Amino acid sequence: MLKLYDIEVRSRLLLGTARYPSPAVLAEAVRRSKTEIVTVSLRREAVGGKAGGAFFDLIGELGVRVLPNTAGCHSVQEAVLTAKMAREVFRTDWIKLEVIGHHDTLQPDVFGLVEAARILTGEGFQVFPYTTDDLVVAERLLEAGCRVLMPWCAPIGSAKGPLNPMALRAFRAHFPDVPLIIDAGIGRPSHAATVMEYGYDAVLLNTAVAGAGDPATIAEAFALAIDAGSLAHGAVPLEPRDIAVPSTPVIGKAVFS
Amino acid sequence: MTFIINGEEQEVAATTLADLLLALDYEGGWLATAVNGELVHREDRADFRLGERDRIEILSPMQGG
Repeated sequence: MLKLYDIEVRSRLLLGTARYPSPAVLAEAVRRSKTEIVTVSLRREAVGGKAGGAFFDLIGELGVRVLPNTAGCHSVQEAVLTAKMAREVFRTDWIKLEVIGHHDTLQPDVFGLVEAARILTGEGFQVFPYTTDDLVVAERLLEAGCRVLMPWCAPIGSAKGPLNPMALRAFRAHFPDVPLIIDAGIGRPSHAATVMEYGYDAVLLNTAVAGAGDPATIAEAFALAIDAGSLAHGAVPLEPRDIAVPSTPVIGKAVFS
Repeated sequence: MTFIINGEEQEVAATTLADLLLALDYEGGWLATAVNGELVHREDRADFRLGERDRIEILSPMQGG
């Protein structure tokens, strides 16, 4: 079981709810993935609009825990207010904290992130910070009261997979007791299996599922890959080496000449 | 009074935040509101008095990742 703040979950896959072809496809992807946590956002509602209500009802029907986010926030003030408004709507202290610092890469503004995390934990939030793989920033986030870290493995939506395995492995090794969720950049189930083999605790996906030709089926593939990677990590896989090693014993080999 | 509602200037005959939501046909327990950058809780909207050119944000749940 994976423990995130005071909640235990069986599934190690967290799923975003954006960019699906339809609400029905989203619902089917959630079901096939067996996820227990979905991420959601807040946006301006149109005058007389009821779009938010329909989505709110859909999420309620899925029977999953909600992790609201501050996606698209570019300042501490904006992120903190959005988090408070999300708590008002979803009645949860959980918040996926994003403070975006760069338009092209969607790289977090790590200085603003730490500041916002400190403010929010002070107000009773349980913060899931979307961060880079920088160890020092991660230390600061823990000092600010975060008990979960969510490093990227590549830019959001890029589907590049783990770009810096050395940094991701170091990150895991440096925080052995902190739940670590890879939050961005996964494209394929094999990427998810790889980061789980590094020892990560979970993977958060959105575009990799929603943007696939068959979102529901790939959601299930991701769930299997994440379980496989997790199982493999526990089994201590072989490390690669530079020279061949025969797998069949040489002793007792017949000599024909 | 004139307000800035979700970034748009609008004339609305309302003196409290609850009146404003009613006048513009916003309803539902899923809405979150802020005035001039501060959260206004659901239960405080009826007593929250608005002023000229207040900036009001009305948000609702949306797909996100």
